[in-house]
Amino acid sequence: MAGKVIVLTSGKGGVGKTTSAAAIAAGLALRGHRTVVIDFDVGLRNLDLIMGCERRVVFDFINVINGDAKLNQALIKDKRNDSLFIFPTSQTRDKDALKRDGVERVLEELKDSFDYIVCDSPAGIEHGALTAMYFADSAIIVTNPEVSSVRDSDRIIGLLASKSRRAEFNLEPVAVHLLLARYSPERVRKGEMLTVEDVKEILSIPLLGVIPESESVLRASNTGTPVVFDEESPAGRAYHDAVARFLGEQRELRFLQPERRSFFRALFGRA
Amino acid sequence: MAGNLVQGAVFTVIVVRAGMLRDPAFEFELAEQIRRSPRFFLNAPVVLDLKDTAEFGREAEFAEAREILHRHTLTLIGVQNATPAQLEAAGSAGLASFAPNAPQPSRRPVREPASKTPPGPAAAAKTRLVTQPVRSGTQIYARGADLVVTAAVSPGAEIIADGNIHVYGALRGRALAGAGGDVDARIFCSRLEAELVSIAGRYLVSEQLPPEQQGFPVQIALVDERLTVTRN
Repeated sequence: MAGKVIVLTSGKGGVGKTTSAAAIAAGLALRGHRTVVIDFDVGLRNLDLIMGCERRVVFDFINVINGDAKLNQALIKDKRNDSLFIFPTSQTRDKDALKRDGVERVLEELKDSFDYIVCDSPAGIEHGALTAMYFADSAIIVTNPEVSSVRDSDRIIGLLASKSRRAEFNLEPVAVHLLLARYSPERVRKGEMLTVEDVKEILSIPLLGVIPESESVLRASNTGTPVVFDEESPAGRAYHDAVARFLGEQRELRFLQPERRSFFRALFGRA
Repeated sequence: MAGNLVQGAVFTVIVVRAGMLRDPAFEFELAEQIRRSPRFFLNAPVVLDLKDTAEFGREAEFAEAREILHRHTLTLIGVQNATPAQLEAAGSAGLASFAPNAPQPSRRPVREPASKTPPGPAAAAKTRLVTQPVRSGTQIYARGADLVVTAAVSPGAEIIADGNIHVYGALRGRALAGAGGDVDARIFCSRLEAELVSIAGRYLVSEQLPPEQQGFPVQIALVDERLTVTRN
């Protein structure tokens, strides 16, 4: 088995990288692919919270890089899905602990037993983010429909094209996909947000999916359940669509129009 | 553009026979002729015809001839019908050869060693071609060349060329043409949304760009020291 390394990155912070990493990883696992999601945000450990496994963390990514723990001691198996594993990071160290040769060794080992290795990148364009993207085969650029996020994403796409291992060794370039998160059709309609077309036009990379802004995302984060496990939530369904497109399926974009208010909601005022 | 660096042209040149320089009456007669039509002779170029004057040929003699002609507002630029020895001396004196099919006089006694590599295909004007989008944070410099981008230039990206810049896409970042000081350089783009455009150091930031040209295919040139934007 030779697993594929997927990095979720954005440049800008707070756009939904970790939420998306958790959702995409869980989505891949729900389709039967053995998937591990790694937290590269050393010192700001969040992925374990989003995945709801924070009380099961013993060893972490940095322990394994430093040879203080074995891989299978640090990997946490998800309780909801047998194909899904979480690889938490250290909260007490900083990004300098991400040594490139150590990261490479760990990723190579993971490739033997997983189909997909989903890397949750820290924000910024410094060592942590560069290390997270360096070994990527595919990248999912998480962007919000606003100008600063789009510009930072553009910068990251440029770095993937020049600073990744694939670029340095003149291999086939990293496959770059756009995931537009926190999309509010209502605010787009009012002209407060960029449209899907605006963002696609500026970044000119294939669109993997549009995730509508949704209360269910916040609820999912706070309960430690990736939003794809919520079958009712538009955001969860949008992530499922994105995973399907990532795997090569054709699916229509959904949730681009403002939600129609139900007849009763309209009658009984604003909800 | 570099393609126009070398041009052919035909000029009227005064030819003076070298033997005449030794004639004591020469200077007087020359002055007389110039007096009759001074505008024709003012700063006019002169070629010295060395036919049948093999004895004329030391470098100092060419310098002296130049001196005499200069006194009469004429400028000695070359020689004609020179022997190889005369050509050598003329070349050292900084004169060109005007004899039909004659070899060029060498500039200086120092000779360039013959090039060992065979001549390649004719050198075209240099152009740097970029086919990928120029992303934010990227800088591209086409040194001594034109720059052609066949994709969009993102906000926060910077493209620089000593020559012209062509963007076959939206120009959203900064574009600096004529970076080496070439005031004739121009910027062309399919869609003007630039943060800054500059030619030979003169620049406009986006809020100074004419709003009616925003989003349109334009070219930008330096006209009377001012950057002007015109719709293509």
